[in-house]
Formats: sequence, C-alpha cells, structure tokens
Amino acid sequence: MALFEPDRSQYPDKNPDGTCDIDLTSGKYLKVWQGPNHPGITGNMSVELTVCGDEVVEGITHVGYLHRGFEKLMERRSFIQCFPIVCRICVPEPDFNEYLYAATVEELAGIKVPERAEWIRTLILEMGRINSYLMYLGGQAGAFGLGIVGQWTTYVRDLMLDRFEELTGARIYHMFILPGGVRDGLPEGFKERLEETLQEVERTLKDVHEVMFQNAVFKKRTIGVGYIDPALFEPFGVTGPNARAGGVAKDVRKDQPYLVYDQLEFEPVTDTASDMFARSDVRRRDLLLSVDLVRQILRKMPDEGPIMTKLPNVLHWKIPRGETYLRGECSRGEYGYYLVTDGSGKPRRVNVRGPSYTHAMALLERLIVNVNISDVAGLMVSLHTYPPEIER
Amino acid sequence: MAINDVLSPFRGWKHLFNDPVSIKDPINREAADRYRGFHQNEIQDCIGCGTCEDICQNGAIDMLPVEGVETVEGDSGLRPRIDYGRCCWCALCVDVCTTGSLTMSNLYKWADSDGDAFLFTPGVDAKEWDGEVRGYRRPEGYSLTPHERVEMREVEPEVRIENFEEIAAGYSIEEAIIEADRCVECGLCVATCPTHMAVPDYIAAIRDGDYDEGLRILYDTNPFSQVCGRVCTHKCEDVCATGHTGDPIAIRWLKRHITDQVPNERYAEIVGKPGPATGKSVAIIGAGPAGLTAAFDLAKAGHKVVVFESRKHPGGMLRYGIPEYRLPYDVLDHEIGVIAGLGVDIRCDTRIGTDISMDDLKADYDAVLLTIGLHLGRSTRIPGTEAKGVFKAVDLLREITNGDPVRVPKQAVVIGGGNVAMDIARSLARLQKQKYGKVDMTVTALETLDHFLADADEIRECGEEGINILDARGPQEVMVSRGRVTGLRTWAVTSIFDDIGRFAPHYNEDDECVHPADMVIEAIGQMADVSLLGEDLTEELEWNRGRMLIDKAGRTSLPWLWAGGDAVAGPDVVHAVADGHRMAESITEAFATVEGE
Repeated sequence: MALFEPDRSQYPDKNPDGTCDIDLTSGKYLKVWQGPNHPGITGNMSVELTVCGDEVVEGITHVGYLHRGFEKLMERRSFIQCFPIVCRICVPEPDFNEYLYAATVEELAGIKVPERAEWIRTLILEMGRINSYLMYLGGQAGAFGLGIVGQWTTYVRDLMLDRFEELTGARIYHMFILPGGVRDGLPEGFKERLEETLQEVERTLKDVHEVMFQNAVFKKRTIGVGYIDPALFEPFGVTGPNARAGGVAKDVRKDQPYLVYDQLEFEPVTDTASDMFARSDVRRRDLLLSVDLVRQILRKMPDEGPIMTKLPNVLHWKIPRGETYLRGECSRGEYGYYLVTDGSGKPRRVNVRGPSYTHAMALLERLIVNVNISDVAGLMVSLHTYPPEIER
Repeated sequence: MAINDVLSPFRGWKHLFNDPVSIKDPINREAADRYRGFHQNEIQDCIGCGTCEDICQNGAIDMLPVEGVETVEGDSGLRPRIDYGRCCWCALCVDVCTTGSLTMSNLYKWADSDGDAFLFTPGVDAKEWDGEVRGYRRPEGYSLTPHERVEMREVEPEVRIENFEEIAAGYSIEEAIIEADRCVECGLCVATCPTHMAVPDYIAAIRDGDYDEGLRILYDTNPFSQVCGRVCTHKCEDVCATGHTGDPIAIRWLKRHITDQVPNERYAEIVGKPGPATGKSVAIIGAGPAGLTAAFDLAKAGHKVVVFESRKHPGGMLRYGIPEYRLPYDVLDHEIGVIAGLGVDIRCDTRIGTDISMDDLKADYDAVLLTIGLHLGRSTRIPGTEAKGVFKAVDLLREITNGDPVRVPKQAVVIGGGNVAMDIARSLARLQKQKYGKVDMTVTALETLDHFLADADEIRECGEEGINILDARGPQEVMVSRGRVTGLRTWAVTSIFDDIGRFAPHYNEDDECVHPADMVIEAIGQMADVSLLGEDLTEELEWNRGRMLIDKAGRTSLPWLWAGGDAVAGPDVVHAVADGHRMAESITEAFATVEGE
C-alpha cells in the first residue's frame, strides 16, 4: 500500500454534508485528542484524531485555546497603542507583526521611514527568522526523540536573544519596530558580538546536521512522510518553506522585495521532495541563508542617519481613510497585515494573515489522514505552525 | 540509507565532556544597558502631567496624589502609580514623558514578600533599583511627540519699524493644526491661567477644524480672547508640559488663530444673547478689560450694565497702553463691540467725580464697580526728572494713541525693563524712523537682561528693531543743560535687593556712563488715579498700602462697591479678565442674597 496515498477503504465515506459516519460504537475506532497542551506544536492547539488501529482516519483541528482578541483590541486603541500589542500575536517570531503593522500604518499615513531604520528593521527580521528556525529544529528533532538538538538550538537561540536584548531592550517581545522607524540604532560593539553569535549558530547547525539530518532514524521517519502534493499549494494557500520544499520558489523577499531586500544577494532555498525531511532541510538551509543575509546587512547598512521619522503627536494621531494589505516572508511563509482606517485615531479593522492559519488547520486535516499516529506530532511540527497567529 | 547515517549521530558525543551550555549564573547576570526593566521616576522633575497615563494601552498607570508633593502652578501634584499586574513593559510611558523624569532600570528580577508591592509609585515607594543609571531611556533622535514650535511669521524688522502695523501675521490653518497637534492635553495650563481658559479643549477644536466650537470655548472664560490671543503674558506657556524638553505650545497664537478664523459677523451668534432681565443695574467705572469682562458676565446674567469711561474710546490700557503694532485698534473695537452687542451701555468721555459723582452712582445703581486701571506714571525722582524733556511712558503712549502731536526725540533713553518700557521705546523708535530716518533709542534697567520683566519676545523684537538695551544700569541723574535734557547718567548695578529681599539697589560708582539724549522716558511703573472717589468716600473705604482693601471676590469694605483690575491687583490683561469674572459673580450672588432676604 502506498503509504501516502489515502486508502479510502480504511475509513468511511463522507456524507454529502461533509460529515463522516464513523461508528465509534463499532469498536473499530478510537478517539484520541492530541493537545491542546502538546509539545508537538508551539502553542496551544489540539487535533481530534480518530484512529483505526494505529492509523489516523480522521483529524479535526481545534483552535481557540489562545484567543486573545488582538484584532478587536486594536480597534479600541490608538495607532501607537496597538504597537505593543501586535508582537504578542506570534511569540517565537514577533517582529513580523511589529514590522507589518508599522508598515501598513506608515503607508496609510503617508510616512517614509529613514533608510537606516529600514536596514535595522531588515536586520531584526532576519535575526528573528534565525530564532524561529532554531526553535523549529529543536521541536522537529524532539518530535522524533532527538532531545539533544532542542537543547543545542535553545542554547544558541538564547545567545541570539542576548543580542536582541542589547539591541531592542527586550528578549522576547522586542517592541522595537514602530510606526515611523525603530527605537534606536545599534549599540557599541554590537556588530562584533552578533558576528560571534552567528558563528556559534553555524557551529551548532553543523552539529545539528550531523545528528539530525545525517541520522538514519530521522531519515526513516521523515523521508517520504507527510508529503504535500504541490497541486495543493494553490488551493490551500501553502507558502514559505512548506511550498519551497515542494519545488515552488515562492519567497516574498524575492518576489516582491520590501525593506532593503532588493539590495541583498540571495536565492530562495528550495527542494523537490515535499516531505517532512525536505521541509526540515529547507528550513535548515534557509537559516544559513539568514545568517548570510545578516552578515550582508551588517556590512552594507549605514552607521549614521536618523532612525525615526518625525511623527505627528502620537497621542491624537489620526490617519486618513484607506485600506492596505502588506506582506512579508516570515519563517513560516507569507505574513500579511490588512489595515483599514476611517480617518479616526484608531484602526477601523485589522486583519492578521498568519501562514499558520492555512497550514495548521485546513492543510493539517488533509495531510493527517492515513498517517501513523506516531508520526502525527512530527507532521504537525513539520508544517511549522504557531497557533497564536491563527487566533488573533 | 548510508552507513554514515548510522554513525554520524554519534558525533554528538564529542560534546559529552563540554561544560553545560546553559548560562552559568542566571541569578546574578546583568541585563543589557537598554533593557526595559522596572520603572523609575525622578519625583522632583515629574510634573504630574499624566501623559504616561494617557498613552498606557493597558491602563497600568494611575495618577495619584502623593505625600510631600504639593499642587502648584506647573505641577498637578499627582504622580504615576504603576500596576505591574497590567504593565507590558513597552515603555511608551517613558517615550512620551514630557519631562524625561520617567525611565526604566535594567533590573531583570524583583521579588517581594508583600503581595501588594506590584502596585507602586516609582520614586515615592523605595525600590532596590532606585538610582540605577542603566536601563531604558528615551533614545536620542527618537520622539513620539513633536518638540519644535511652529514659528509665528512676523513682518521683517526693517519693514515694521517704518509703521505701526501689526507685526505677527497669525497662523495659517495648516500651521495651526501642526502646532495644535503638539498639545498633550495635560491641563496644567488651565490651572495656571488666571481665568482658567479651557486650553486643551480649544486646541482640540483647532485640530478638529471646528472654529465655532473653539470660539464658544474661548468666550466661556474670556471675552477678550482676540486681545489675549495677541498680548497675553501667557503664563500657560510657562508651565506647558511640552516646554520641559521642547518648545511650549504656542497657546496664545492658537487662541488668536481661532478668533482670526471666525468671521466677525458670526461672533454675536456664537457668543449668545443677554440673559432675561433681572431688574438690577450695575455701574462700571472704567472700560478696560476688567470692567468690560464684568460687564459681559453681568449682561449675560440679565443685569443692566452701564460702563463709564473718561477717555474718548473704551479699552483702557489695551488701547492707551499697548501700541497698535501689538494690538490693532480695529481688533479691540470688534472685541468691545461684541460686549456692547449684549446691551452693555458704554458711555465714553464721562469722568466720574467730575461729570457724575460717586454718590449719584450709588443712588442710581444697585452696585458700582471700580476698574480704573493704572494710568499715572511713577517717577524715579532722580535729579533732573522735573526737566521739560522728561516724560512718563504712559502719558506718551496715550498721546500716540490719541494721535496728538508727540515731540519725537532724536536721541532718547527709556528707564525701565518691563513691557511698558519696551512699548514706548518701540513706539518712539517708529516715530524716529518716520521723522529722522533712523532709530536712536536706548533702554536701561536695573535688572540684568535675563531678569527683565518684559516678555522675551518683546526684548528680542526690540533688539531686532535697532533699539539698544543696556541692562543692570541704575539711573542717577537726568543731565540738563540750559533747561534742556542732554542725557542720562547711570551707574552699574551690583545688586537690586538686600539680604531680606527688600528693594535696595547697590551700584558700582566707578562704572559710570552718560547716555546722550534729548528725551528721557520713565517707565518704571504706574499707579491708580483714585481722585474720583472724593474725600468722603476715600475716608470711608479701607485701604491697604495705598490700594483699596478688597475681599477675594473684589468687594470693597463698602457693600455696594467692588473694585478690580490693575488698580487693585494687576498685573496684566488676563488677570484683569479673571478679576472681572470674579466681581461679576460676586455681584450676581450679592443680588441673589438681597432678594433671598
């Protein structure tokens, strides 16, 4: 039996209304709840699995455990007051929220950000991407019992957090990129220390490569498993490494350069296998690309110049009526902010398009069918989803 | 599956004997210099403006009174209390702090056995991180509130010295909106303004483009808004929160902007109508800002008001003291016209004591209000001041206003460092320029320049117009030769006050100067001409150091007589306006009390 072609004979047909007639009393099936507190996913989300033997016949995703109503909260706050909120939409990589929120506000307010601020923003986004991937690698390896990888990557991530702390004044929620620019320039000696940390990241990745990617167990568990048919990319809105691992070189940084990406040299990292291994490897290589990009930024960025545009008084800052959607390439794919303003001092509507929304809900439900239950955690991690950004 | 895939993972064993990678001493590790740790507040620098409270999106800051901090002008007496159950350490409060007193230490951790300690007032409740110099401060070049004022456009000095046309052009709508945008709406200005104008509210009206509403707010507290928009001493700007780390909001110019934007013919409708007639009548002596403000309020309360003015036109010192280049007469006429439009009867050329007696007023009206201003100039009484070429500033200013032929000096010296000194110096300088084609004017005063009583703008403009200012000079003698003034002899001042603060100037006699001049003008202060009261009434009234004794509301020791304005208090228009309101309220209350009895 082809492992990854759903064998529909194993589970019941769907009714016209989409429901399944799984007779739980038949003794053939078992309901298993994976989550909401499951280490296989970064944050709280659960999958309601129906298994037949050790094979999943149906998986229904349940979200809502992390709902904090960010989008609604923002409708009740002034434009500047929204800035400390948005980073909380995504814990491991908060900076995209800060950047995209700031960028949408700036676009509707007609503000041009100083060049140096744009370089610093790009630097922060790439540093954030490194952090996000480090967390991912630890999680992906951990899902298959390789606990040591998580310890190593968490350590170097902590060193990156030290750099974030130096630059932004905070470790997790940086609150550094805000409408108009960034809060400050680079501190004294920052470039040298960041370079040291990057070298540590590279050393660690070499170790990770040896114990994870050149590991018979990991390969056995991931190669050919969790295959995403490239035909699903379009209808399921698959972006980022999930799509690039399937041979689609989609990368907003390249396709529609924002900030200073047009001044950086890079090619999107791709693979063709579209399985769990390919996705992991694309992320590992994308991480190395980010290390290179950070080095390019440090080399090319101006050391002098303003970091902040002159803003109107933020206490009663009104933005003309308008709407915009801006996107960027985060570690999980396309991240977007849709902002509507009505001429008042508060956003009329904010919609946060996190890539996890499609990957963790619709796509996972599709992929999970016919997967061995022991692979479910690994499959969930391999999509690299962060539930907080599903539930804004 | 290659053999390498089986062996490779074992390479991880090379780290077996490495030290643990975790931070060795997480307890004592120090945070980065910019780390946003716990809040600190320099309590003496904080003015309690509450901008931190406004910006906090978590509602984690409450402004509360604290022991040992008094509410004074420019300080609300409140201090921010922070709730660490709500704070998210975004530091927006630090970013918008108007004085820069609020900062954050770089401390990571804090544990306390007191379960309520998370609610604390930085700078008041002692904390272990107090005085920490590292931590988050507002970075240089980063600002969320604009610090620079929109400068008022002015007529160039070389042009304006030729005439008496108004100097300040007024803000355009765009300029006014930018300036109005800077306000942080703390309200410290409201508390400081003698007449408590609702400054943040009318500034908000400018931002909203609602000038009718703006004017209505202005007239709620000040029927001389056009005047105050030009010549107010703007104590509000001295306490403006934004002035601590930037320029204060140009409150005076914004007030003027509203009055400029509303067409003259709309004023009456916005200001409203007189109240229903009460049958009570009030006589007001002196049509200056205090008297006319009282008239405005009394008319609105429905009383019949008659204002008696000895001069040809109403306005008092606004007309006869302030030169036209600062306050155009047509603006003043319109402002007074609005008050007259409420049915206030202003009778000019009527001198009380001569044309009508105080007894008549007492008999004919239910209350009498004395707002006669300070129209008698004081003299230094140094030798030579009795000479023909020595004048009092107020007399000359009055003659200029009246259009009387004024003797224009070729060279003149003004004694005094207040606004009146600047007014006469600049007025005569214009006449000099017109007559002789050049300015030769010197202003001398006892004070050093930074202690001059005149507004900084006045001093600056004086300099721009070619007027020579000599500070810290004490006049000793007006030099007179054959009956004509030839100059002023001065000594350098070493100190003005003695140890207990009494006026006792000391001079350096070796540092003597003679300023050649054919005219010397004294502008060292004025006094009230109370001769209109007559001997009996003067005797009957209680006095305090030459000024009528009044209660807080302006009522004299006689139940039918109120007094206010410069004549009893001073020192400027906006105080006179405040006096006018107080007296009107007191009179209305007194009427109600009498009726109640």
